[in-house]
Amino acid sequence: MSQGSTQTKAADAPGGTAPSMHRDDVPQLHTEVLLDLTNVSLSFGGVKAIRDVSFNILKGEVRAIIGPNGAGKTSMLNVINGFYHPQQGTICYKGKTRRVMRPYIAAGQGIARTFQNVALFKGMTTLDNIMVGRSLKMKRGLFWQILRLGPAEREEIEHREVVEHIIDFLEIQHIRKTPVGKLPYGLQKRVELGRALAMEPDLLLLDEPMAGMNLEEKEDMSRFILTTNDSFGTTIALIEHDMGVVMDLSDRVVVLDHGIKIADGTPDEVSSNHKVIDAYLGVA
Amino acid sequence: MFYREAGQFKTDYRSDMAVFPILQDRIAIGAILALMFIVVPLVANDFWLNTIFIPTLIFSLAAIGLNILTGYCGQLSLGTGGFMGVGAYSCYKLTSIFPDVNIIIHILASGFFAAGVGVIFGIPSLRIKGFYLAVATLASQFFLEWSFGRIPWLYNYNDSGAIDGVNRSLFGIALTEPYGTPAFQYLVVLSIVVFLTWIASNLVRGRYGRAWMAVRDMDIAAELIGIKLLRTKLLAFAISSYYAGVAGAMMVFLSLGSAEVEVFDIFNASFPILFMVIIGGLGSLIGSFMGAAFITVLPILIRGAPSLFGFEIHAATGEHVQLMMVGGLIIFFLIVEPHGLARLWQIAKQKLRLWPFPY
Repeated sequence: MSQGSTQTKAADAPGGTAPSMHRDDVPQLHTEVLLDLTNVSLSFGGVKAIRDVSFNILKGEVRAIIGPNGAGKTSMLNVINGFYHPQQGTICYKGKTRRVMRPYIAAGQGIARTFQNVALFKGMTTLDNIMVGRSLKMKRGLFWQILRLGPAEREEIEHREVVEHIIDFLEIQHIRKTPVGKLPYGLQKRVELGRALAMEPDLLLLDEPMAGMNLEEKEDMSRFILTTNDSFGTTIALIEHDMGVVMDLSDRVVVLDHGIKIADGTPDEVSSNHKVIDAYLGVA
Repeated sequence: MFYREAGQFKTDYRSDMAVFPILQDRIAIGAILALMFIVVPLVANDFWLNTIFIPTLIFSLAAIGLNILTGYCGQLSLGTGGFMGVGAYSCYKLTSIFPDVNIIIHILASGFFAAGVGVIFGIPSLRIKGFYLAVATLASQFFLEWSFGRIPWLYNYNDSGAIDGVNRSLFGIALTEPYGTPAFQYLVVLSIVVFLTWIASNLVRGRYGRAWMAVRDMDIAAELIGIKLLRTKLLAFAISSYYAGVAGAMMVFLSLGSAEVEVFDIFNASFPILFMVIIGGLGSLIGSFMGAAFITVLPILIRGAPSLFGFEIHAATGEHVQLMMVGGLIIFFLIVEPHGLARLWQIAKQKLRLWPFPY
């Protein structure tokens, strides 16, 4: 599960420091741009979901996208992973400007995603759900799949081991063989994160990972997100409404309102920004 | 079951991924196979073999095919009969073009023609879903039926307009209907069905099976994980049609002896096979067998029941009563257990695990 370039993190958090300890006091050293959006606009007929938004995501950082309901946050994620095609603007990912994009191409380039309302494969077990995340990594073709001997079986076991590591990491061993449709919501969210992690993404998009969770579940999820970011070097872009979580987890925050970017910066800068306060509380 | 898996620990992933991870299950499946391969041909008479065992096995294979498409990949299809017909007619053409090649090779090869046709008619599945796709596959059913009846080349310009039986043998013994013996035909059908079921179970447990189920459960999320929807759906169409095609070829050459278009029409093939899949259980291979047995055996039981209780009814009346009862039972069954016989079987196993001390 190495994406390379963990050196910035390693410098920040030497040997075994608790993941969440270093954020407030040590300056972050992310410099390389992973994803760069320039003047992106997206509209559905007359509805303008995103208007002329530019921001970038640096390699190895946790980037939060926040904003009131209907601000265009989820549309933004959908643009990033190729569901929507912006009418204007350029998207530059890993130094290459993107042209035609489909979700499966984005997946091949290392963009993984979880959904606001869990989008798991309900009829399949936890194990199978996470194994699906390995689809792109499994190469054996029809002939070997038919026989399921030799190379196909070895490949299956190889990936099963990776998946078991993820299951251990997320502490969901006990529900390994339970159909996910039967799981409680909090665990489903966790399985969905596992499925995204199985893709070994370079960029992980999390759409409201804490929605509907209680405090303990939020703490667990925060821990998983930070550990993912720290130990695998995965760049994370997350949408979240819980401001406490956003301010604690993220390195930088971009704020959208009615499809327009109103603020961009560190959590401290953003939370003291007047436009942001107005957008959330309304202008007196 | 009334036995427990207690004490049977898995120490590697290979044994954890086995189809039958419990020792007793492995013994049971071995016993069932031995029964089917050795005892049944010795004990069953020709009537039983011809009306129950051979048709059940052939329909099971077609049901497995449809189950891969509908139960695993979630693409509703009403074209199974047409694809079976493609298998039957291409097997017929193969036997007349290459008379010296072994009939088993013809039967297995004819599935590929069905697979090709299935892929062509599966292309709309990228855009159309659910009931609308069912209607699109219905179009393929009608088109194929029309071709079988209207293209004389397919039935070698016979005056009857039907496929005739051909005399082919295996290991020097006459095999094909009406020349071979039912016991030998049964063994060949059983071998092919067991072999193809093994392949199906390998496929559905591997990465293709997972991709199919992912497409079935949430196609948007599947695409996002890197699964190409069109390719995955077309593969399901191809494999499903291959199974249907082989089943169709076996139906003509190892069971019926000759066939007209009506054998593969929507009421004789497509609908019954869909019922088998639904009653047996969507997304379950064992359910395909249960469903096929249910739909094949039930009419025979109903027809035989009056004479068993000592009163005779007119044959035509019996036919109508049988249709009504089968229909009624299907509806009853779907209300009581919408997930099919396979689910009932699972529930029974779960209950028996706790028996005789359920909480």
